[in-house]
Amino acid sequence: MSVSIRTPLTFRDVPPGVGLEAALALKRPAVIATLRAADLRGRGGAGFPTATKWNLAAAAQSKTKYVVCNADEGEPGTFKDRVILNHFPDLVLDGMLIGGYAIGARKGLIYLRGEYTYLRAPLEGILARRRQERRLGRAILGKKGFDFDIEIRMGAGAYVCGEETALIESLEGQRGEPRNRPPFPVDTGFQDQPTIVNNVETLAWVACIFAKGADWFRALGTAKSRGLKIFSVTGDCERPGIYEYPMGLTVGELMQRVGGEGAKAVQIGGAAGRCVPAALFDRTIAFEDIPTGGSIIVFGPQRDMLQVAKNFMEFFVEESCGQCTPCRAGTRKLLGGLELLENGRCSIEYLSELCRLGESISLASKCGLGQSSPKAFLSIIRHFRDELLGRPAPATS
Amino acid sequence: MSVAPADDAPRAPLSQRVQSVRPQQVPGTLGATVTVTVDGQNLPVPLGTTILEAARQLGIRIPTLCYHEDLCVAGVCRICVVEVEGQATLQAACAYPITAPLVIQPHSRKVRRARRHILDLMLAEHYGDCYACFRNGNCELQSLAKEYGVDEFRFGHVTAPRYPVDRSSYAVVRDMNKCILCRRCVRTCIDLQEVGVLEAVGRGDRTRIATFLDKPLGEVVCINCGQCINRCPTGALRANDPTDEVWNAIDHPTRHVVIQTAPSPRAAIGECFGCEPGTALTFQLNTALRQCGFDRVFDTNFTADLTIIEEGTELLLRLRQALQDKQPVALPLFTSCSPGWVKYLEHFYPEMIPHLSSAKSPQQMFGAVIKTYYARMHDLDPAQIVTVALMPCSAKKFECNRPEMCSSGYKDIDYGLTTRELAQMIQEAGIHLPDLTPSDFDDPFGTATGSGVIFGATGGVMEAAIRSVIELVCGVRIESIFEHADVLPVRGFEGVKYAELDLPAIGPVPPLLAGLFTDWSWLAGARLKVGVCHGTANAHKVLEDIKAGGPFSQCHFIEFMACPGGCLGGGGQPIPTSPAIRAARARAIYAEDTAYEVRKSHENPAIARLYGEFFKDGPGSPLCHELLHTHYTPRGKYIV
Amino acid sequence: MLITEHELLKDEIREWCVRYGADRGALLPILQEVQHKYGHISEFAMQQIADALEIHPVEVDGVVSFYQFLHTRTHGRFVIRLCRTVSCDMAGKDRVARQLENELGISFGATTPDGRFTLEWASCLGLCDQGPALLVNETVYREVTPEKVHEIVSACRRSLSAHAPEFSQEAAS
Ligand SMILES: Cc1cc2nc3c(=O)[nH]c(=O)nc-3n(C[C@H](O)[C@H](O)[C@H](O)COP(=O)(O)O)c2cc1C
Ligand code: SF4
Ligand code: SF4
Ligand code: SF4
Ligand code: SF4
Ligand code: FES
Repeated sequence: MSVSIRTPLTFRDVPPGVGLEAALALKRPAVIATLRAADLRGRGGAGFPTATKWNLAAAAQSKTKYVVCNADEGEPGTFKDRVILNHFPDLVLDGMLIGGYAIGARKGLIYLRGEYTYLRAPLEGILARRRQERRLGRAILGKKGFDFDIEIRMGAGAYVCGEETALIESLEGQRGEPRNRPPFPVDTGFQDQPTIVNNVETLAWVACIFAKGADWFRALGTAKSRGLKIFSVTGDCERPGIYEYPMGLTVGELMQRVGGEGAKAVQIGGAAGRCVPAALFDRTIAFEDIPTGGSIIVFGPQRDMLQVAKNFMEFFVEESCGQCTPCRAGTRKLLGGLELLENGRCSIEYLSELCRLGESISLASKCGLGQSSPKAFLSIIRHFRDELLGRPAPATS
Repeated sequence: MSVAPADDAPRAPLSQRVQSVRPQQVPGTLGATVTVTVDGQNLPVPLGTTILEAARQLGIRIPTLCYHEDLCVAGVCRICVVEVEGQATLQAACAYPITAPLVIQPHSRKVRRARRHILDLMLAEHYGDCYACFRNGNCELQSLAKEYGVDEFRFGHVTAPRYPVDRSSYAVVRDMNKCILCRRCVRTCIDLQEVGVLEAVGRGDRTRIATFLDKPLGEVVCINCGQCINRCPTGALRANDPTDEVWNAIDHPTRHVVIQTAPSPRAAIGECFGCEPGTALTFQLNTALRQCGFDRVFDTNFTADLTIIEEGTELLLRLRQALQDKQPVALPLFTSCSPGWVKYLEHFYPEMIPHLSSAKSPQQMFGAVIKTYYARMHDLDPAQIVTVALMPCSAKKFECNRPEMCSSGYKDIDYGLTTRELAQMIQEAGIHLPDLTPSDFDDPFGTATGSGVIFGATGGVMEAAIRSVIELVCGVRIESIFEHADVLPVRGFEGVKYAELDLPAIGPVPPLLAGLFTDWSWLAGARLKVGVCHGTANAHKVLEDIKAGGPFSQCHFIEFMACPGGCLGGGGQPIPTSPAIRAARARAIYAEDTAYEVRKSHENPAIARLYGEFFKDGPGSPLCHELLHTHYTPRGKYIV
Repeated sequence: MLITEHELLKDEIREWCVRYGADRGALLPILQEVQHKYGHISEFAMQQIADALEIHPVEVDGVVSFYQFLHTRTHGRFVIRLCRTVSCDMAGKDRVARQLENELGISFGATTPDGRFTLEWASCLGLCDQGPALLVNETVYREVTPEKVHEIVSACRRSLSAHAPEFSQEAAS
């Protein structure tokens, strides 16, 4: 499968199994302590400290617990999880095993998005191979009492199922509608049991941390965003593809490396992220500044930002689960506003009201999808206002 | 007597269940409390209390739409959002369990603005033609719009209906143009009733509430219980309203229009006139009905007593077959007076139809008696008689249209009116019901007993049956077993009740039953086992228990009511409904029972007269079977 | 549809219940099996599945209508899903879309009258660095140009004539 991997990847240097063996040599609390020392934060977008999540699940009292690998990668502009699952699947599986060991789970589930059905057969093959190698199944690597197996479950085309509680609903055979939180999956997750849900990349980094040491990881990145990150770069740049950099790099630096110097804006974090104009390219990509799950979309000078905003909004109108009012009905209204702008028929008063509506959608929606849905809209309106207002009526074709 | 505990675990989609904190997660904190500060007021609450519950305890109003006391939490409308200090986003008060000290701003600027936006969005999508809507003045959306000062449609407004109105059902009309997707109906139908007719389909802004593949409601497994109507905050769901036809009949020069009133509506109709729940207006209602132009006003309790005699006889016959003749017979006997329940059984457990009593419901018995006995007595042409029934129920509208309900040669009951619809008619006639002077029912069907009254509450049929069966069989007064004849073990709102009762003695066969029985010796020493349940989700539990050979399979007689609380919580009752409102109505009903001089069906003199003059061969005779009994249709749950 | 096909489907559902478990958690895998085998999930199939898992048919409907890859109506032998999300959009998905419509003679959301092709939009396929991207059933095509559209469609047609028995459109309807 042709992919443009543009930088050396740490994952290539870490042979499968090394991290797993190192972790299994530790006592369970020490596993979580190592993660805490590395200060790994989730790579799925939200950046929740992985050690904290695992610790909560480990502390939850229950015989049955689950580890879920979130391979529903649906954020526009991201494909790093696909590349990782394709090239480094063993690291991800090692990460799941380490998670299972740390929290006391015996079962792992990979929720693979329906669009990646072609990855299923190879992954099943790897699972079969690992069962033979005793890297899956009973008494893993000869460690008595540590049994763990992994099952692959397929998604069926719903972006919102990447949200961890929607993912769990989907696993349970429901519509992929996010749950009320609290309680969180770490105490009431899959089948009401404590469950950790982690991103593919997060799990791969877990394996690397145990292979290379917490200090190695901790030394990279910024104080609040440690370690390395995989970026999926697309759009108007010379070298789209996969990049690995420490967290904390500026947008401008990244643009130089991908050949996107002339860009007028970059969308960081996919549709759920925000649009950063060239004037702000000195900002850093890190949880404390501009967070991202890895999606970087470059917009060249010729791009019509209105079309960009519209494309994102159409995405949310389509992909909202439709459960709660602000997101279901609100995204539709924001899209309507963009259509008015497109026709040059939006008053500034109405636009301001839509911006306030956007804030309310962010505040009042039930899940991360609705909460982030107006971000692209709001940032594009803020930074590219001139470009949007008072357009001539489009020529009718 | 023993009472089995009810199992109330809801079968809701996980996301919509109230997820309270399980005690073992925080060791040592079981029963612990935590302090929440709402709008500056402190309140210690048990761990897991929601913000909404805490605010209500403090008397602070937080608006709600998708929340309903009878249902599991959904957290989807978001109108109840509040600011929780330290959290970046607003939280839904109805769905947020308090597990740590919280400081809450229920009405901050952000909150007010978000709520107004949410309302604006709802109104933008809502086809609001309030003046042509049955919920005008009683609509949660409308009153929120008022509360939040909505004075313009900021994000537009749909001005034409987008969906066709589904009028296929005899009972429920669905107008999805008014739906705000709160999903109360979904939770009602799936969790509360275990029928599962309605669900959200599609996603994103195409999400809708629909039946299986959008089939007409009249063609799916809907049992017509109307519980969804009672819980819908808007006019999206309503009952099929025949008031125009009823007015036409009243205004018709030659029609003789007879109305019977059931006990539950009488205990609730006051709510439509601003009275507190639990205000019984039985006798004021009689006056109002006459003023409206009804020719005769009768009491459904009369045929409730008749039902007890017929159904009780059927029970005794089946018991004899089992105990004396040792013949296989369908026991336990199931009550058949709740048409929602009957249809539920026909759909989901058609193989159990033989258990269902063949006795018609009181409503239908009344119709049959009016168009035969009463017509003959007053020399009326049955074709000119229009029978109207005031019922708490939407399923009764379906029941009176069942093709087999024509044993008099005419439609037994022409129109079923709900409490709400009759209240509307009374208002239309310019009458303020609570102000009227009470007046009595008309003879000959105005004489009833307390047993008939309590049919309105869950356990009532069973209590009435126990009162009569014990006296008829044992020859002792029921008061010698239950003080004031109050059979307390079958009362109350637990979902499922089970009780046992040893027959204290054997008496002589009373004259009423002498045609059927010579003696009761085969009942000597018997222990009567009975069950009571309400809400079809509970019926489901009981039926599964029977199939699995559990304790209910050993019962002799089980009362089933489709609606939570029994008829007093029926789908035609005033809106809103809640456990407290239903309890108040139940109190009114039991108070009415106590006020009756005669409280046992078999002691009703009018019943004796009916058997003496008309059903001369006594209960269970061929004429009774022709007029007072019916048969059922195995429907199955496959939707064509 | 013949009774025997109904019986066949019932047997298959029974087997899938054994494989995936007869509880609600098995719903999605079973629906995916039916979708895969029959190209859509019929009314009959939904009711049978509901029965087997002890849920209500409308709940199955709710799930099927939620997920983009599950359909209640017959779909073509080849389902072509073109990504319409921003990266593919910028890479020129509009022209590919137009060419697809021209080649197949249908617009998006439709199925060709011969029941061979269904054309649909997809949200991000995760191939954003190689857009425009599309899926034909489970096969990925990247950097699609209007020119390539013709090749893709022809390849599908060729593979159909190579594999005899024709996919049964009536099955499970
Ligand atoms: C709408 C939405 C979509 C999401 N999609 C994904 C996804 O595709 N993959 C992912 O790993 N996390 C996704 N997330 C984040 C998950 O909810 C969750 O935070 C993450 O899987 C946790 O893993 P991590 O801590 O390892 O990042 C999504 C969140 C939201 C709100
Ligand atoms: S915010 Fe959107 S995606 Fe999330 S629960 Fe609400 S409607 Fe569904
Ligand atoms: S549902 Fe309420 S708001 Fe809507 S038209 Fe009826 S009364 Fe008005
Ligand atoms: S009337 Fe009863 S069965 Fe019918 S849809 Fe409403 S709640 Fe469900
Ligand atoms: S029909 Fe009524 S109860 Fe059901 S979702 Fe719509 S508004 Fe809510
Ligand atoms: S009432 Fe709380 S979200 Fe609807």
